[in-house]
Amino acid sequence: MPRPECERQAATQPDGAKMRRWQRLREGGLEGVLLLCALVSVATTMGIVWVLFSESLPFFRHVPLTEFLFDRQWAPRTGQEYGILPLLCGTFLISILSLAVAIPIGLAAAIYLSEYASRPVRQIAKPVLEILAGIPTVVYGYFALTFITPHVLRPLFPSIEVFNALSAAIVIGIMIVPTVCSLSDDALRAVPRSLREAAYAVSATKLEVSTRIVLPAALSGVTAAVLLALARAVGETMAVAIAAGSTPKITLNPLVSVQTVAAYIVQVSKGDAPTGTIEYQSIYMAGLILFLITLAINLVAHRIMARFREVYE
Amino acid sequence: MSQADSAIDWQPVQFRPRLAARRVLGGLFGLACRLAALAAGLVLGCLLWHVWRQGGHLLSLRFLTSFESTLDPLASGVKSPLWGTVWLIGLTTILAVPVGIAAAVYLEEFAPRSRLMQLLHLNIANLAGVPSVVYGLLGLTVFVRWCALGRSVLAGAAALALLILPVAIITTREALAAVPQSIRQAAYSVGATRWQTVRDHVLPAALPAIMTGMILALSRAVGEAAPLIVVGAVAYSRTVPTSPLDGFSALPIKIFNWSELASPEFVQLTGAAILVLLGVLLGTSALAVGIRAWYQRRRLW
Amino acid sequence: MVTVSRPVAATQTLNLASLVSARPETIIDQNSSPVIRTEDLTIRYGSFAAVRNVTLDILPKQVTAIIGPSGCGKSTFLRAINRMNDFVDGVNVSGRLMFLGQDVYAPGTDPVALRRRIGMVFQKPNPFPKSIFKNVAWGPQVNGYSGNLAELVEESLRKAGLWDEVKDKLDHSALTLSGGQQQRLCIARAIAMQPEVLLMDEPCSSLDPIATARVEDLIDELKSQYTVVLVTHNMQQAARVSDRTAFMLMGQLVEVDLTSRLFTTPHDPRTQDYITGRFG
Repeated sequence: MPRPECERQAATQPDGAKMRRWQRLREGGLEGVLLLCALVSVATTMGIVWVLFSESLPFFRHVPLTEFLFDRQWAPRTGQEYGILPLLCGTFLISILSLAVAIPIGLAAAIYLSEYASRPVRQIAKPVLEILAGIPTVVYGYFALTFITPHVLRPLFPSIEVFNALSAAIVIGIMIVPTVCSLSDDALRAVPRSLREAAYAVSATKLEVSTRIVLPAALSGVTAAVLLALARAVGETMAVAIAAGSTPKITLNPLVSVQTVAAYIVQVSKGDAPTGTIEYQSIYMAGLILFLITLAINLVAHRIMARFREVYE
Repeated sequence: MSQADSAIDWQPVQFRPRLAARRVLGGLFGLACRLAALAAGLVLGCLLWHVWRQGGHLLSLRFLTSFESTLDPLASGVKSPLWGTVWLIGLTTILAVPVGIAAAVYLEEFAPRSRLMQLLHLNIANLAGVPSVVYGLLGLTVFVRWCALGRSVLAGAAALALLILPVAIITTREALAAVPQSIRQAAYSVGATRWQTVRDHVLPAALPAIMTGMILALSRAVGEAAPLIVVGAVAYSRTVPTSPLDGFSALPIKIFNWSELASPEFVQLTGAAILVLLGVLLGTSALAVGIRAWYQRRRLW
Repeated sequence: MVTVSRPVAATQTLNLASLVSARPETIIDQNSSPVIRTEDLTIRYGSFAAVRNVTLDILPKQVTAIIGPSGCGKSTFLRAINRMNDFVDGVNVSGRLMFLGQDVYAPGTDPVALRRRIGMVFQKPNPFPKSIFKNVAWGPQVNGYSGNLAELVEESLRKAGLWDEVKDKLDHSALTLSGGQQQRLCIARAIAMQPEVLLMDEPCSSLDPIATARVEDLIDELKSQYTVVLVTHNMQQAARVSDRTAFMLMGQLVEVDLTSRLFTTPHDPRTQDYITGRFG
């Protein structure tokens, strides 16, 4: 960005030099203010790290690390059990299931939008996806609890509990479809047209070109999209809190009630845990775990995305 | 003549292209992809229909202007959470919009293109992916306790402002980057300083896109419940905030609270509250579209 | 009428003529039935007619070059032959284009089947981001080749003059090859499908002169087995390589004739102007 240098004739403006100095001071001050605003983001990150670490430190003084990692029960309030595995298991179960919903639908929709759809269809699809992404998660939770479980899942699985992981996973999957779809669509469109033409020229059908040439070429972009969606699913709170219940357990059965790390934080905050108790400290610890997991996923995703862009731009 | 009929389909002996089968498979695949794209729309429709069916009949002006009633649940209204949401929108806007625009302006127009700035950009992108509960925890410690704001609507708005700041900065940066370089260069060439160029030329040109982006970011804040619960919004209230330091409730929190109560009346009430929330969101989106259309009509180029 | 022709122009015609006469005598059968025949072919993008009323025969086992200034419609015409234009929105084709007597644009014609008989090499080399072997083998595999793939790949690479350079690294990525090698790989890929016709859309325009010379030699060898239609903006290349040349201008076919005759004694004044460098 060029730095403008304009030399006004000092002769035409007697105090031109002084005015320029004052103007430059003011500009510098303004730039400083703007810089401060940009540094708010740095302060936010530092704040998050500091708060999470410092507030969860007392928790780790109380609970030994081995118990934390390997105990198979989580019941801070009632049973004094502090194993993180049940919460992690619940998070893992719901996230993976939601990806199982979102990846096929999102990727197929992305292939449709980039390889098959005409421009008017694409123009309708984008707003619909944006609306889907803009619906608040509490609404999705309500939908899971009051529609999906009784009317969709119970007919299929009569033994399903009222609160269950599957309904939460389904709606979270739907919630992240727009992320998967639009980022994958971008990745597919980044593949140059000449590659498609080369494949058509050796007598391949659209299916073969889309799935065996274009998709592999866009794979890292699609992977980054999936990872970003995964990070969102991991951090998802309200839909789980409403639809999946609040009983942490180690299980891979999607038909029962589970609790995730994020939903646990909300559950405790709803209640009256006084400051300084181990329960209060446990939500910061949970927040720390959540933060670290999503940070790791996001960093990997951005790295892959940056490398993908290097190849195609 | 028969050779000419199938001239195109003739194959040398070793190719067995099974064109018919591949065509059918291709058709099925195309159909599956179309269905997937449709599925999103279908689910949306299903969701809206279900919510309407549950709570549509409860919508009325009375519903919007009365408080909750423990004696007769169906007589409850959403006045308290609705006003809480309104307060949150206002305060979050005041906190997030100026800072967001200022930060984006700095990063896009003033910052040198150095490694440090790239790290800053990466930092903002990562913050955009941090779960909203973590912002709630941050708000609880920093705003509620350290700044001694208590469980007030200001603390809640501050937490929400931090939540949407990264997204706001990113979309504003994109809006600024979309302004053609030629506009800046024209301004510099008549002797404008960088700030004058930004203030008088770049910002006005980018303003519609900035406002759209800001409104979309605010819509996200409107729908958030988790950070507010952590900060200490109340689920049941019969008051409306009258100052930034008052306690507060919010529509998403009310929805969460009611959806935990299993009886049929509450299912309906939740549906109605959801419709109010969606109405608020629809209003903000319409505002975004309207502003963008108005600006584009006013623009001379 | 005596025209004062500029010295440059005169040299130009002399050079082209010398290029043509320097080639070994090939006996060209002008009476064999055309592999591809167009009748009044018109191709429109929206309201713009890129190709207008072109009637042209492509004869078998020869190299037919199509020359003309940029934007004259030669690429559009070429792409119409194997229906690559289908992928462009709003394209409209009228008139007839016959391949071995069958209408290419008839409703019952399967473009996928067509593209197996008519291969294409593009302006910029576009190998798949796969191994060299996979690049050549992918097309036959997808089309149910039941013979020995390794043999087919070796044979195609040999015919494209690339075998010796890559035989030790068939599993390396095709993107590690040089530009000229990549283009020869694309030719091998097209040949592996055992087509009747090879369409080449300015195949040397992104290659250096040495690579260009190798590809041109290759084209000369290929014509014994395949019918080649070559679009080029380089007149010298057309003079070096082709048996028949068609000159297109603004979507219309101006003149088509034996290369030797077109470059020495063109009939149409526009052809004369183009090959002497008056425009283009």
